[in-house]
Amino acid sequence: MTNTLKLQQVHSDYQGQQVLQGLSLTLGQGEILALLGPSGCGKTTLLRAVAGLQTISQGEIHINGQMVSGDSAFVPSEQRGIGMIFQDYALFPHLTVAENILFGVAKLSAAERLVRLDDMLTLVKLEGLAKRYPHELSGGQQQRVSIARALAYEPQLLLLDEPFSNIDAQVRYEMMAEIRSILKQRNVSAVFVTHSKDEAFVFADTLAILNQGVIVQHGSAETLYSAPNSRYVADFLGSGNYLPAAVLDRHSVATPIGDLTSLTPLAFLNEFSGMVFLRPQQLTINADEQGVGMITERRFLGAFCHYWVKVETASIAYYVEVRSQMMQLSIGQKVGVTTEPHSLVLFES
Amino acid sequence: MILGLARSWSLAGYAVAALLVLPLFALIFQALQPDEAVFGHLLATVLPTYIRNSLLLILGVSLGSLLLAIPCAWLIARCEFFGRRYLQWALLLPLAMPGYIVAYVYTDLLDYAGPVQRSLRSIFGWSSPQDYFFPDIRTLGGAICMLSLVLFPYIYLLARTAFMEQSLSLAHASRIMGCSPWQSFWRLSLPMARPALAVGVALVAMETAADFATVSYFAVPTLTTAVYDTWLGYGNLTAAAKLSAIILLVVFSLIGFERFARRKQQLFQKQSRIQATDLYPLTAVQTAVALSFCCTLLLFAFVLPFSILLSYAIGYFEQSWDERFWQLSVNSLSLALITSLICCLIALLLMFVRRSSPRPSDALPSRLASMGYALPGTVLAIGVLVPLTMLDFAINDVADVMGIKGPGLILTGSVVALIFAFCVRFVAIAIGSVENSYKRISPSLDMVSLTMGQSPRQLLWRVHFPLLAKGLFSGALLVFIESMKELPAALLLRPIGFENLATYVFQFVSDEKLEHGALAAVVIVLVGLVPLIYLNRSLEQHS
Repeated sequence: MTNTLKLQQVHSDYQGQQVLQGLSLTLGQGEILALLGPSGCGKTTLLRAVAGLQTISQGEIHINGQMVSGDSAFVPSEQRGIGMIFQDYALFPHLTVAENILFGVAKLSAAERLVRLDDMLTLVKLEGLAKRYPHELSGGQQQRVSIARALAYEPQLLLLDEPFSNIDAQVRYEMMAEIRSILKQRNVSAVFVTHSKDEAFVFADTLAILNQGVIVQHGSAETLYSAPNSRYVADFLGSGNYLPAAVLDRHSVATPIGDLTSLTPLAFLNEFSGMVFLRPQQLTINADEQGVGMITERRFLGAFCHYWVKVETASIAYYVEVRSQMMQLSIGQKVGVTTEPHSLVLFES
Repeated sequence: MILGLARSWSLAGYAVAALLVLPLFALIFQALQPDEAVFGHLLATVLPTYIRNSLLLILGVSLGSLLLAIPCAWLIARCEFFGRRYLQWALLLPLAMPGYIVAYVYTDLLDYAGPVQRSLRSIFGWSSPQDYFFPDIRTLGGAICMLSLVLFPYIYLLARTAFMEQSLSLAHASRIMGCSPWQSFWRLSLPMARPALAVGVALVAMETAADFATVSYFAVPTLTTAVYDTWLGYGNLTAAAKLSAIILLVVFSLIGFERFARRKQQLFQKQSRIQATDLYPLTAVQTAVALSFCCTLLLFAFVLPFSILLSYAIGYFEQSWDERFWQLSVNSLSLALITSLICCLIALLLMFVRRSSPRPSDALPSRLASMGYALPGTVLAIGVLVPLTMLDFAINDVADVMGIKGPGLILTGSVVALIFAFCVRFVAIAIGSVENSYKRISPSLDMVSLTMGQSPRQLLWRVHFPLLAKGLFSGALLVFIESMKELPAALLLRPIGFENLATYVFQFVSDEKLEHGALAAVVIVLVGLVPLIYLNRSLEQHS
């Protein structure tokens, strides 16, 4: 498999500040990668550096094996063969849908251009709207035009800068699934920037989590969610509880809620004491007058309930968040706390 | 931003900007040359009077405009009364009246042979000037009144906006704490509007410092008339440059003051974003007072002089509507058209470079080019003459050396000098207009066309140009209008025998027979009304 995009130790400064600090990454043909991180972590800078809209101060960027940014080379944006989709769609307001879509299509005969246009309109399901102007379209339609425009140009690599943030929450995920299938159908490689983990889960094959200009962890969504390599990654992908844990043997730890067993061998040796990370749905509770915990807060959320359970051992109180199908428990109820069988995640304190 | 934008773009920008700032630097250079004969003589004799007159004029017009503008602005912004909606824009109309035309009309009305003094004499039975006192309008005081009448709308405009943007809850708070409406005005509204008033005063003062025609007609010697006389009378460029440099000093300190006031204004407006929606309803008596103040002002500043001008134009229509009038119109139009085209091209180039260049210093050319707007017409004319005269001489010298007959004064002796001067002065308007339009074009449009393989030139032609078309057009229109109206630079730089509408009208004003040029004057006033319509529309969208 060839690498569509390869980044090696990329550094970038902006106004004297290091935005990217030695970032490396590879992207295979047809792969969709989500760059995930909070605002200001450098994800948009990275995207622009790939597009040639921003310089890098160190390192190399290769697209399809050709160095486009590096010590001795800089290929301008217009020669990189990339497509880019923006948060504001960046449709040309003075051009019709058809003219927008064909904007970057050169070296084709008039007949071929028409074929390309029809092709694209069918692909993004906008048949019949070719003569409209962007302001006559809904947000979702505008987004589809921008995707058609980027694909009509047949780029080797598609870059998407928070493309869904302006779309209504109700249609957003449907739209994302649709566009994902278009990209898959055409085998287009794509880098997708977002701050929303939910969008990243739906849209991407792999996730790279950025923090302060470096990639903290890169892998499939499942790996990152169930085996985060740091508390930063664990927290970014969803809330969870941290409880002190002492390793007993290869598979079990002692915690304030009792001894827990891991499905896979633990990453740390005996005698290690740190924190075990438990997501709310990995914990189960049941009414038990002899239990270690007591419910202090309850929040009804429809399909399930969120409970805050106070666990007291040796005069230190821990509060854990539990997501449970048990609806009938009330505040003050004593409960027993156990875990669903899974691979335990441990961190150093 | 386009990484790797070719240096030739930046170079072109710097070259154009250098050409446009040339007059300013040439003027300063020339002013530093020794010249004891004429300037020394001026300094020893009349210069102190000129400077004193100029300063008194600036001070007087600033005060006069403030007194006229503040009541109008407050009434329109904060009170509800019959006619408010019409007065709101009508009070801008005086801006379209050139000061020298108003001055002429009032001189005609108020001098010894005019209708006012004639009727006074017949009513009271006076027979000679010894029998009664009547103020002479052709004095410094008269000039202050005339210029205040046509310039006060600058302050009115800014003060009105400032009063409108003041938070109503502040006014309510002051009333609850026991302030009467008057006290609330003096202690709250007025101090809060101070930065806006300062900006307005700075603009009025700059226009006053640049005025040539009004003071020249009233024979009040100031620095601008001194520059004119020194050049056309003595033909002494160095002395004229020295006098111009003094005016420049005044203008630049006013610009500094304006910048300072604007910074404070932003600070004040940030604190009170809430728009006043409730207006004080005025009682019948209050309405009568408010209306009579605003209407009287409007009558004297616009309606009366314009009606008189119209009646002249109608009365002398047969004599004025001739071949000559057409020739003048064509001169004015073609001059203005060429100027606005060149200004637009320059603005497009400079702003494209500023937006696209990855080098921060490339913002400089557009800034430098905009400086010309601050130069009063007389000063600018001297600034243009200095390098072009040198160039003309150089061309003829080279021709001499080569043994061919020199072409004569091909630059200073032709409309080239005039067009160059107009471009220096008005390119800032086109730049501002293009700059505003550029702000509305999302940078992602640039990025998306670059990633789709478009070169910078294609970006400019296929994306920027169509999207800037509106801004370019309104910029061109404003430059066109200003070029039609500009008088002092045209007077000093026109080739011998060349007239346009403005110089023609002024000729008749000087010769005391405006009646014959009234048709041309009406055209100038009407042309001046166009930008006010624009201004008013943008204000209404704003509020």
